[in-house]
Amino acid sequence: MRFNGNRAKLFFTFLKIGAFTFGGGYAMIPIIQREVTQRHRWVTDDEMLEMLAISESTPGPISINAATFIGYRVAGFWGSVLATLGVVLPSFIIITIIALFLRRFNEYKIVRYAFNGIRAGVAALVIKAFAVMSKQCPKNYISYAFAAAGFIAVTFFNFSAILIIALGGAAGLLVFLRSAKIRDNKK
Amino acid sequence: MIYLELFWVFFKIGLFTFGGGYAMIPFIQQEVIAKGWLSQNELINFAAVSESTPGPFAVNIATYIGVAKGGLPGGIFATFGVVLPSFIVILIVTRFYLGFKNSKLVKGVMWGIKPVAIGLIGAASFSIAYSVFIVKWGGFVSLITYPFICSAVIFVFSLALLYKRKSPILAIGVSAAAGVAFGYLGETLKFYK
Repeated sequence: MRFNGNRAKLFFTFLKIGAFTFGGGYAMIPIIQREVTQRHRWVTDDEMLEMLAISESTPGPISINAATFIGYRVAGFWGSVLATLGVVLPSFIIITIIALFLRRFNEYKIVRYAFNGIRAGVAALVIKAFAVMSKQCPKNYISYAFAAAGFIAVTFFNFSAILIIALGGAAGLLVFLRSAKIRDNKK
Repeated sequence: MIYLELFWVFFKIGLFTFGGGYAMIPFIQQEVIAKGWLSQNELINFAAVSESTPGPFAVNIATYIGVAKGGLPGGIFATFGVVLPSFIVILIVTRFYLGFKNSKLVKGVMWGIKPVAIGLIGAASFSIAYSVFIVKWGGFVSLITYPFICSAVIFVFSLALLYKRKSPILAIGVSAAAGVAFGYLGETLKFYK
């Protein structure tokens, strides 16, 4: 592998994206878009939308998906490795430093009080995220039932979350293929 | 072997996390808190740290737990584990994009996973709200306590800020300041022992 031209640019561009996108998820899309479609013209706006669509159907955070996808398009396998490494490195360094100190901070009373307040704020953050995601739920009773079943199984029966996702996927496939068959028969 | 264990736990979490950061909280509770690697309160504290630092929640929490349990190599193994599934999946999908896009299999599976992932975020909200608000006072669950009222005030105010499209970092900063103020107020008024 040669570390030159596009590969170096990929690494440093995604290093920048990794260092300046707080909160993750959808908040980073405009920043990624500006860097890769306008500044460097690595991919078109259409390809960017394509990437977001893929991101919705694959596991993992959007920034990792975007780095892998764009890195591969621009410079093949090593391009995707360097872009992904670049986007992960800033949070890795920052969190490593925090991990070495956070527990020690807890000895101070003022820090404990601050985190008492912060935990209530986090409850608000997660509930807001839930409200935003709920709007994206497909509007039909089967989907509502799936969401409710996932919630109840994990909350009240401590069902394995991995199993729940796997079952959801399998059940979704069954329902989807059945309804596709019904649609085809009606034609 | 702690390094391989860290890698494997976060590889599983990375492979099954759809629907963004908070959907992984139930996975963290079942795979990481159950092992005693982290407490529920530490998880909630860390969610705030993750919101206030760059990078996605998945990478941040993998690095944090990895470093806490296995130093720098632990952090590398855990982070590598959480990133690897999406890296591999995207590489495969990029090569076979058209097949992927038109695949009934993928559409069907995602049709089922999407609502379930929303259910998981619901479960995360419920468990966090429970551990923030439900204060056990001498064995009894009591709602009219000083910590409960403080938490409720901060919660409502933070939610209002978020709905006014203020940044999460501002909401966390305000919550921290309010927490300190309520803490010292409670101490002065002798609400704590």
